[in-house]
Amino acid sequence: MSGISRRKLITTGLAATAGVGGLVVADRMARRYGLIPPDDKGVYGPGETLTYAVQRVLTMHAPARQFPRSMISKEPFANETVPTGKAFKHLQAGGFKDWRLVVDGLVERPTTFSLADLKALPQKSEITEVACEEGWSYVAEWIGTPLHAVLREVGISPKTRYIVYYAIDGVIWESIDMGDALHPQTLLTWGMNDGDLPVGFGGPLRLRVPRQLGYKSVKYVIKLTATDDIKKFGKGLGSIDPEGGYAWYAGI
Amino acid sequence: MLCYSPAVPATSTERKTETPRHSAVVRATHWLTLIAFAALLISGLGITISHPRFYLGEVGNVNTKPLFTLPIPASRDTVKTGYHYEMPDFNGWGRYLHFEAAWLLVLTALVYGAWGLWTGHFRKNLLPERGERSWRGYWKALGLVMKRYLGRGPADSGEGRRYNVAQRTAYLLVIFVVFPLMIWTGLAMSPAFTGAFPESVILLGGRQTARTLHFLLTWALVLFLVVHVTMVALAGFWSRLRSMITGRNPAPESDAGEDA
Repeated sequence: MSGISRRKLITTGLAATAGVGGLVVADRMARRYGLIPPDDKGVYGPGETLTYAVQRVLTMHAPARQFPRSMISKEPFANETVPTGKAFKHLQAGGFKDWRLVVDGLVERPTTFSLADLKALPQKSEITEVACEEGWSYVAEWIGTPLHAVLREVGISPKTRYIVYYAIDGVIWESIDMGDALHPQTLLTWGMNDGDLPVGFGGPLRLRVPRQLGYKSVKYVIKLTATDDIKKFGKGLGSIDPEGGYAWYAGI
Repeated sequence: MLCYSPAVPATSTERKTETPRHSAVVRATHWLTLIAFAALLISGLGITISHPRFYLGEVGNVNTKPLFTLPIPASRDTVKTGYHYEMPDFNGWGRYLHFEAAWLLVLTALVYGAWGLWTGHFRKNLLPERGERSWRGYWKALGLVMKRYLGRGPADSGEGRRYNVAQRTAYLLVIFVVFPLMIWTGLAMSPAFTGAFPESVILLGGRQTARTLHFLLTWALVLFLVVHVTMVALAGFWSRLRSMITGRNPAPESDAGEDA
């Protein structure tokens, strides 16, 4: 085994060259087609990049699973994180009439929407499953305004690569790529199971991203920002999650 | 005793007496699989404790009745376990590590699978031997191996040089049944993957069933690991370990040349 033949050496050399060349090409392609997640650095970067890139290629325009009305969970779990801040309490007391969603960034017409403004746009209802990264899940009907309708309303720039979104607590912020942002099932949700979206489940406004785990569906959304450079936000990792040790992409 | 030089050039006295055992691909993929499995097991347990309840069907959460609950504290206060103690949260790095290790496992499996098909490794070394491919032949051979394991019956002349039928069965099950099922049940929990391939989860009976199977199959692999290491220890831990590292069996003491 120790005597390395010339043939073996040449074969190994060629294979190594092809391997490195392949990696360089793959890296170029991945960057070009937006297949690199913002948290691609560090020891878990390679795995995260592989997961995101392969899932994006495989699931490109696939819809999230939908369920018949009979499968809507009778016992959904809110996992309550009701905001305790004064601002929220005040808005809640007013029946969320003064709730506003600010949309800015790479858009022609930065706009502030009330819930009534959102409801005046095209509406959609989807029966999808919320799956938490902890392992539990439930199915519910989510009623809202497709995010793409809101983005079209404000004249989103074709240069946009991510939509960043913020919760009212001033801590939680997230982002999704355009694959999810323009996805027909991604809803700015204000209704659930034929009623208003309860506060426990993220009411009055939650961004439902059904192709990813629950933590991407941020509750109490007050602001969206369109950007072409995700590195400018927070620590440049795409959302608050990687800063706390959780993956930015949660499609798995 | 030979009248002509052997085909393999002998450059040291050691190599004349040692016999080849495991190929380089088998050894490399064996250890890579161990690394990936250890990482998957540890991170998997870390993820599990955030919700140590298991369900059947599509949905399940703290408001629904579990199929079973692990008797351990959880790492989330939303899961009432009755222990009045909250475990630290391993879910963040646990999930990062779990998927990275899963990729290592899948890529290793692709190399091993392609190589195994190409070289006939599965056919030659893992499928039961020719006389054991009928039910009758199979059970007879398996019976003999089991008798020997229990200390009765004649010694196996091929031990340490080729796998017996019990080993072949165990390896085939782990490689072609349990590991693929692990990957399948894992993917069946991915909201993006199941969107593109809904059958992957529907065939299993729902997301929560997939999760429960994923958890139970883990213990099938742990059981295999325990039996595997026990058998290696009984057969001679260091010599077997050595041959899985160097690829060669130590020199046979008296039956040199039997390998021919």
